[in-house]
Amino acid sequence: MIAELGLAALWLAAALAGLQLIAGAVSVKQPDGPLASLARPAAVMQGVLAAFAFAMLLWLFAQTDLSVKLVAANSHSAKPMIFKLSGTWGNHEGSMLLWITVMALAGAMIGYLERRLPEVTMQATLATQAFVGLGFYAFLLLSSNPFERLPTPAAEGQGLNPLLQDIGLAFHPPTLYFGYVGLSVAFSFALGALLTRQVTPNFARAMRPWVLGAWIFLTLGITAGSYWAYYELGWGGWWFWDPVENASLMPWLAATALLHSVSVLAARDALRAWTIMLGVVAFSMSMMGTFLVRSGVLTSVHAFAVDPERGAFILVLLGIYIGGALTIFALRAGTVQEGERFTATSREGALVFNNVMLSAILAVVLVGTLYPLLTEAFGVQVSVGPPYFNPVGAIFTLPMLAVMAVGPLLRWRRDGVKRVSKPAVFLAIFAVVVGALVAYLSNASVLAVLGLAFAAALGIGSLLPLKGRNLLRTPLATWGMVTAHFGIAVALFGMASESAFSIEKLVAARPGDVTEVGPWKITLDSVDPVVGPNWTALQADLQASYKGAAAIELQPQSRTFWSPERETAESALATRWNGQLYAVMGSGIEDGRRQLRLWWKPFVPMIWLGGILVALGGLLALIGRLTADLKRHYVRRRSAERREETQA
Amino acid sequence: MSALKPKHQRLVLVVVALIALIAAGLLAAYALRNQASYFYVPTQMAANPPDPTQAVRLGGMVQAGTLKTMSDGITVAFIVGDGEAQVPVRFAGILPDLFVEGSGVVAEGKLGADGTFVADNLLAKHDENYVPRELEEMTAAQAKRTVSETAQ
Repeated sequence: MIAELGLAALWLAAALAGLQLIAGAVSVKQPDGPLASLARPAAVMQGVLAAFAFAMLLWLFAQTDLSVKLVAANSHSAKPMIFKLSGTWGNHEGSMLLWITVMALAGAMIGYLERRLPEVTMQATLATQAFVGLGFYAFLLLSSNPFERLPTPAAEGQGLNPLLQDIGLAFHPPTLYFGYVGLSVAFSFALGALLTRQVTPNFARAMRPWVLGAWIFLTLGITAGSYWAYYELGWGGWWFWDPVENASLMPWLAATALLHSVSVLAARDALRAWTIMLGVVAFSMSMMGTFLVRSGVLTSVHAFAVDPERGAFILVLLGIYIGGALTIFALRAGTVQEGERFTATSREGALVFNNVMLSAILAVVLVGTLYPLLTEAFGVQVSVGPPYFNPVGAIFTLPMLAVMAVGPLLRWRRDGVKRVSKPAVFLAIFAVVVGALVAYLSNASVLAVLGLAFAAALGIGSLLPLKGRNLLRTPLATWGMVTAHFGIAVALFGMASESAFSIEKLVAARPGDVTEVGPWKITLDSVDPVVGPNWTALQADLQASYKGAAAIELQPQSRTFWSPERETAESALATRWNGQLYAVMGSGIEDGRRQLRLWWKPFVPMIWLGGILVALGGLLALIGRLTADLKRHYVRRRSAERREETQA
Repeated sequence: MSALKPKHQRLVLVVVALIALIAAGLLAAYALRNQASYFYVPTQMAANPPDPTQAVRLGGMVQAGTLKTMSDGITVAFIVGDGEAQVPVRFAGILPDLFVEGSGVVAEGKLGADGTFVADNLLAKHDENYVPRELEEMTAAQAKRTVSETAQ
């Protein structure tokens, strides 16, 4: 019954999306027509129904209803409740339902709240959103129905892939999805404004919170994904340039460029067509990401829930949306009026540079990710890895970081080089000194040395906009920018330190053996069997002491899950302010010894701390913008009331 | 710069963006040309061995019965084959979770002068449904060969 209710709600939501599309599209031509009042309520109801359908699926998973195919295939009655719930979206059908739910809820919010845009633009935006949504409803209802029943209920579920049974991974995919869906909203706004020729600062201010929100979630999602790969896969690495990782990085790069250009449009009424273009590109990249992850066209070490047929479906959707959007863009871009002018050495100039560099990095990642597909069509097998991405990406990243350090000091519209020449020279000297010191004291690679030098300079440069300001009166948006830029420096510092200073030891140890890794002394106490809710494991008890200090206990495990049956290595981490000790246990050897892999990774947590700071910066900016909007709204209403009073 | 008319400014922006993107594309294409020789299957490696200094990937099936742990307890040796050629591989490290004999593997590392491939990283499949794409066709071809051999 629950499953049928969910399915019915989903069909109704799809029908409402159809209504929303028609009502919105007609009302653009006839703003006073009979359908004009329908699009907004349709959007709200669609959101409610989609959320209801998702709640029903959540309920089925919580109950472990084994008559539902999806539950039987992805859950197990012995699984902890949290993973039963996260199993809802830990599979293809459920994650697509989550996608459509978030998208419909976003549409409901726009329909209910958004009052800044001209009504026609609003209608066009809702129509575009419904159009995009309909594609996903069709996908879900026709090819991946999450509520499908089994002819006879299963006796027991097959369980969830153990790699996904992890608290980090329970929340990482939905986080990324919120980001992707936020970009679909930005896409709808961009097309709505383009169709009604309303590419104005007001439009940019309405779109900005959605871009910011999407960007915050993408940032958090990528950070969480990277950390998950680091501790769960047991390889000790945090970025592999894997296609699935690139699939999340590409929309982030586009969203970062969009975020900056939408700010220029909102503040200075420049970069109109460019902002629309980035809105289209950012959503294209999130669709492309979904396609790459879901279709299995690319080799990936962590592609889950792969199905070529569904890949074809997403590819068709991708073609319709992107092809359509680009066609409209080509037809309409010329009619978007010219924006305000600015000189090359101005805040706008710096932001344009940043945008162009981000686009170039995006192109580099995109080419590297798709290249193997292309060559395979010609029968040549290629795999592209770090030897390509690191140096080629750095060629564009480093100049961008340099401009990022001083760009925020420039004034809007017109400025001279003079204002930034002093800090620029100071930062450059500082970077050279740091780089020279690192190169002299360690045998770090060129990229790692450059990374540390740029991180140091950017760390200081990002704080300069606060100089001479009253910190209490500095707007939250400025704090946001400073925090996010500082976060980039922190993350870069972590990445460069990890690649420059990591020490690795691989040993076969007996209980009682002591291993030294950098400043650590690690003793293997014992190896014992332990039992979890749906797994058994062998667990090593390690005592790790940093420079003779009191020992910390580390317990890496080698786990065996019994449904589905497979083994995973659970790493153990000891975190200090200056780095992390990372331990993995390998297989046993006949003579009773155990393989241990131990790393000392100085400052590696800075990578993820930086990511969190970047997201926090976005959040500060978002709160700052929203409260400023609310205040403006309140003041306007008060003055309108006063006017009424005086008239009365 | 300040004297530019709006139309010219837009043109300059478009040109700058285009130049940067074309430069990125060209650079990528140039760098990728060297990547063409990044992935090998044993047959290719036997016919055209890569330079010992060049980091490459070797993909193939771990041959049954060839996996051995050396006396140091850390180094493992096994043979990767594709049904035609075989390459001995040495790897010091912890084997990935799904690394088993008879299954596919992609090894990252360098081919030593003695013909042994020294891997510093092994990529095994991470999900029971996942096979490295480079190996998919090979598995099918192997299966075909096995069938034709047993049929004789």
